[in-house]
Amino acid sequence: MERQDDFARRREHLKDLSEEELYQRFWQLTEEIVSPLVDMAKTHTSPSIERSVLLRMGLDSMQAKELVKKIGDRELLSKGAGHVLLKVAQEKGIDVKEAAQALIEDRYWEIVDAHWGGGK
Amino acid sequence: MTLDKNEKLNMEEILKDLDKYHPRRKGWTDRKPLPPGTKIGPFEYYQVSENLKNSIPLPVAHALQNIDPQPDAVITSEIASGRFEDDIRRMRMAAWHGADHMMVIRTTGQSHYDGLIEGTPEGVGGVPITRKQVRASRKALDMIEDEVGRPINFHSYVSGVAGPEIAVLFAEEGVNGAHQDPQYNVLYRNVNMLRSFVDAAVAKKLMAGAGIAQIDGAHNANATAREAWKVMPELLVQHALNSKYSELVGIPADKIYLSTVPPTGTPGPVLRMDLPYAVALRELFKNYKMRAQMNTKYMESDTREATVTHVLNLLISRLTNAHIQSTITPDEGRNVPWHYNSIHAVNTAKQALNGMDGLLEMVQLKEEGMLRDQAREIKERAVLFLEEILEDGGYFKAVEDGFFVDSGRYPERNGDGIARDSNGGVGANTIIERDKEYMAPVCDHFGYNKLPEGLKKACDPIDECTLCNPEKIVYIDELDEEDNANQRLAKMQEHREKGLIRPEVEWYGDGWVNTHLFLPAEPKVAEAAAIEWAKKLGMENPEVIHKQTMHPAEGTFIELKGQVNIDIDPSQIEIPEEEELIPEEEILKEIKDKPMRVVAATVGEDEHSVGMREIIDIKHGGIEGFGIKATYLGTSVSLQKAVDAAEEVNADAILISTIITHGDVHRLNMKKLHDLCVERGIRDRVILVAGGTQVTNDIAKDCGMDAGFGRGSKGHNVASFLVKRRREIQG
Repeated sequence: MERQDDFARRREHLKDLSEEELYQRFWQLTEEIVSPLVDMAKTHTSPSIERSVLLRMGLDSMQAKELVKKIGDRELLSKGAGHVLLKVAQEKGIDVKEAAQALIEDRYWEIVDAHWGGGK
Repeated sequence: MTLDKNEKLNMEEILKDLDKYHPRRKGWTDRKPLPPGTKIGPFEYYQVSENLKNSIPLPVAHALQNIDPQPDAVITSEIASGRFEDDIRRMRMAAWHGADHMMVIRTTGQSHYDGLIEGTPEGVGGVPITRKQVRASRKALDMIEDEVGRPINFHSYVSGVAGPEIAVLFAEEGVNGAHQDPQYNVLYRNVNMLRSFVDAAVAKKLMAGAGIAQIDGAHNANATAREAWKVMPELLVQHALNSKYSELVGIPADKIYLSTVPPTGTPGPVLRMDLPYAVALRELFKNYKMRAQMNTKYMESDTREATVTHVLNLLISRLTNAHIQSTITPDEGRNVPWHYNSIHAVNTAKQALNGMDGLLEMVQLKEEGMLRDQAREIKERAVLFLEEILEDGGYFKAVEDGFFVDSGRYPERNGDGIARDSNGGVGANTIIERDKEYMAPVCDHFGYNKLPEGLKKACDPIDECTLCNPEKIVYIDELDEEDNANQRLAKMQEHREKGLIRPEVEWYGDGWVNTHLFLPAEPKVAEAAAIEWAKKLGMENPEVIHKQTMHPAEGTFIELKGQVNIDIDPSQIEIPEEEELIPEEEILKEIKDKPMRVVAATVGEDEHSVGMREIIDIKHGGIEGFGIKATYLGTSVSLQKAVDAAEEVNADAILISTIITHGDVHRLNMKKLHDLCVERGIRDRVILVAGGTQVTNDIAKDCGMDAGFGRGSKGHNVASFLVKRRREIQG
């Protein structure tokens, strides 16, 4: 879009605001803009976020990458990669690192499928 | 391990047992301010922090009791060698000059790398940020901060498509500060906007958990704008969006720093534009903190010009405020920053902040007039910008419609902003809606998380996450057998062990040198001639890095770099021993208690008086400044006359200057002076000192003098010698 500087006209409704009122308006507008973004972030995840969860669970970066890929392929990242991993570890009675290695080697996916219908 | 200031950093020691290293603290550390009026040396200061245990003061500080006042603001040094083993050396040098925020630049391309990089591969314009790189750097900084006596903040970037993972890495490894701003990804790295904001929330939450200070990315709008003085309203908008988003996600306001740059450049009237902007910004963002960056938009290859611009930027910092004072190397406009230029930048900040200490105790910004009117206008323009984002349908819609980085001064629009598609860019269509069962059994996770009931910590189901138990972190050393620090160090291993010396600017032993030339030719001819000249000198890859016309016909100033791979073995060269000088205070006291008198003369048929004047005159730092009474007899004085005068005033010493050297006249003069004094029977109580461009201490002693002083000698050297020698004679 191209537009001439029409500041003088546009500012009509601002020109009589006190400094404090202008300050309040600035931050109120900002919050209105970013609030929906915060809400979107609360309700969504991403491959990088899920890898960051697996890192925090004690996997190394290569394991995290492979496992998130496999869980993503089954369209189960919406459950949380950590959740999927934890479920397998708990059912098998093993620690999460061992469970992760097994899943990377394509073992124990039947447990995942049994819970969440096998994805696609 | 503690560092010995006379020993180089030992890389092997730093790399040893890295798998077991954990940071000793987390989070950002500010400097400890000293109360207003604190005395340092002969002066009082109002904006300083605790002194360092070990540091290198500004060059001229020796004339001011060698003080090294540390300003109140944390000072940043940009670290960008491309090799982490060289980065670490650079950090140590910067710390000694007063930097306590080491900002490690990432390699080009890391922001599009989908995951973490491991090991220590070489980077371009920065290093690949990896666990090993971060851990080794933090470990080295622990030693360096003990050496200088102040905590050092380590900093890098949480951006790109692996932001949350890098944030985990930084939180685990004790990184203290980081850039994080999803707008930067969207506008400049073309990362998908939805992905960018979703990732940013988790990354920010992790940073909050580890007390990491966040710096935003708004300064980039300044650097990329066509006319930077028009971008001010948008800068306020970008700062606001990231700051508020960060706060809502959980970063406390006092850990949110605005990366703010005085937008404009000289020869524009910069203060009149930058100051109202700085004031408007600080008023609107009073709840947050300021990271004052120096201008990069208007800097080219002239390091002098860049330095003046940066000093003007520092004036803005002192007229308003800055919690972190960042620095830009003066050579950034010509090449990857060289290490000594990083140090120059730190010193520019330290020097200017010291010099403007307490400025606002004396001057005040006007409450009405131009400054207030313009600050108000910038704020209103920013509010209008925010209003239009909402009218347009929100942030994503505004980005799609090219609202940002438009060259018009808002609300003016030139239609050249950066527009992005919400379904486009790197990582498009990769965000996934969390369903009702979504769960992540780890700490510092942002957003919806359906954990089992009754947990004390989110990570209870896995019996602690890596943030609670660092023993769970998996350390990977190297993945690439060739491209790593060990291989690079091995290449120069022999060089290091033998202690060979080769010039460098970026990496150990890279061989680059910079020469300054004036050539009496027009620029084009001068440039070509300079390259030819460098080749004849034996330089490889010569390149003109700066040229400046002194006059279209009379000549051109050139800076030229080239590689010279000549090694010097210090064991094969003669290194003169440095005389230890008696401290100035001690000389002053001794002369006061026991006065000293000397006669001085330029002897023979010699009309040079400059050298002797420098040694004597108080205004040149000469011996008179120490209270020594000197009688200067003038030029072309006969030796006879000099000795007569010495006897007459009962002088402790005779100082002769002998410049002309035809037929070894200088040697003859010295010998004759000695002989004359022996004849008169005063040699055992009069100190004889000779000086001149061809005189050395050895030659002078050979010729019967007590000492000789050649080029570069100062009054302090001579005064110190006279006092020492008098002590010896008089017992």
